[in-house]
Amino acid sequence: MTTHDATDATGTSLKRTPLYEVHRQLGARLVEFGGWEMPVQYSGILDEHHAVRTRAGLFDVSHMGEFNVSGAGALDFLQRLVPNNVSRLAINQALYTQLCKPDGGVVDDLLIYRLAESNYLLVVNAGNIAKDFAWVQSHSAGFEVQLVNQSAETALLALQGPAAQAILQPLTQVDLDTIAYYHCAPGVVSHAACVISRTGYTGEDGFEMYCPADKVVDLWHDLLAAGKEHGLIPAGLGARDTLRLEAALCLYDHELTEQTNPLEAGLAWTVKLAKGDFIGHDALVNIKAEGLKRKLVGIELVERGVARGGYAIYDGEQQIGVLTSGAPSPTLNKNIGLGYVETAQATPGKSVSIDIRGRRIAAQIVALPFYKRSK
Amino acid sequence: MAGLTHPADLKYTKSDEWVRVEGDQAVIGITDYAQDQLGDIVYIELPWDPQTLTSEEKFGDIESVKATSELLSPLSCEVIKANDALKENPELINDSPYEDGWMLVVKIAKPAELDGLLSAADYEAYLQGR
Repeated sequence: MTTHDATDATGTSLKRTPLYEVHRQLGARLVEFGGWEMPVQYSGILDEHHAVRTRAGLFDVSHMGEFNVSGAGALDFLQRLVPNNVSRLAINQALYTQLCKPDGGVVDDLLIYRLAESNYLLVVNAGNIAKDFAWVQSHSAGFEVQLVNQSAETALLALQGPAAQAILQPLTQVDLDTIAYYHCAPGVVSHAACVISRTGYTGEDGFEMYCPADKVVDLWHDLLAAGKEHGLIPAGLGARDTLRLEAALCLYDHELTEQTNPLEAGLAWTVKLAKGDFIGHDALVNIKAEGLKRKLVGIELVERGVARGGYAIYDGEQQIGVLTSGAPSPTLNKNIGLGYVETAQATPGKSVSIDIRGRRIAAQIVALPFYKRSK
Repeated sequence: MAGLTHPADLKYTKSDEWVRVEGDQAVIGITDYAQDQLGDIVYIELPWDPQTLTSEEKFGDIESVKATSELLSPLSCEVIKANDALKENPELINDSPYEDGWMLVVKIAKPAELDGLLSAADYEAYLQGR
């Protein structure tokens, strides 16, 4: 047996979160992800996936990067840096956006929180921390801003699932009913001073808690203990990936790269071309005017097999695109994928086939997301 | 490897297949270590029709939630049958890698190749160094 797994260790020295030893003690399988040694699963991906959809799961995502941007010029700087409209953020509100290159390609996707009048928190992907910080710094000339890379001293836990609020509420004085989706509040959870954010990457309700790195081990244990009666279990990056795929949330290096733009990725709702100039603005205006060459679509296999990123998508004998992600969907009990196809072919219901190691497996294009929780 | 078993009466490959010799035939599957590494197995492609395999030739694909792996034949052999139960219940490989999760019954073509396979002790020693 030989395994083709994108997460195989590379042999380079890997970074670890403060919870590394805790993961080991829990019996997690640890793999390389974006230069980090991270838990891919504890009890099993299917078990963890179902726990998040029906109860709750706790994820260590401390590998994510955090940059603080402050100063009188912070808003103007961020408006220049990203395509979404940062000026609409109230204090304690968040938005999803990208860093784009002048040609519209995506350097990274990120969240921006407005923590105070002129104080913002940028949350970026672990594998891109160094690249992103250099990018942000290199465009800061002329703006009155202070940039601080707080990634090393900031930990992040994601408590996700329908039971998340019931688990978290007894551990904090903050009334969680007052935190709306994509909003946050500062608050102590157990003994840790956190930014409590109603966000996530699973398609479920839930909270993400940013806290000092030296508090996260206790916070992890306290959350797991509080959640025990609700069926909370630790969940790894494997379940995080199947959960985000069902919710059709983009993953950097898969759906988003420096060779893709946010419009073809289905993220036009985050690109505010009318807000004024930003890096990539003119290119994105042109891309929109000329019409998209390709679009991100959902794929569902009709025949047996498992779709994976990198597999070619065919219409008859003609290749019309390629998958960027694929996996079995534990919630839908189907095999699904995301991929780019030529715009003219990107119609839900269209029959296609996927080349799985030389065999053509019948599939169809379906509307996204694959999974949407009932409110 | 806590809790994983590798029975002494089987022979093993470094690519994590096991072989149970039964006269001039053999049963082939993947090891407890392999199924544990793969995690939840969701799909398997095997040679459902009889065919000839050479040693280390790919004989199928196995898909877990996370990854795709190739199955390599431990022996030169003729496939007599594949385990049809795995079509609908590939999780049998996780639950019972040496019994219900067997993959192939084959006729051994070159018995001398058996000497090149690992004993359980050698296989576990190999896993320790991995």
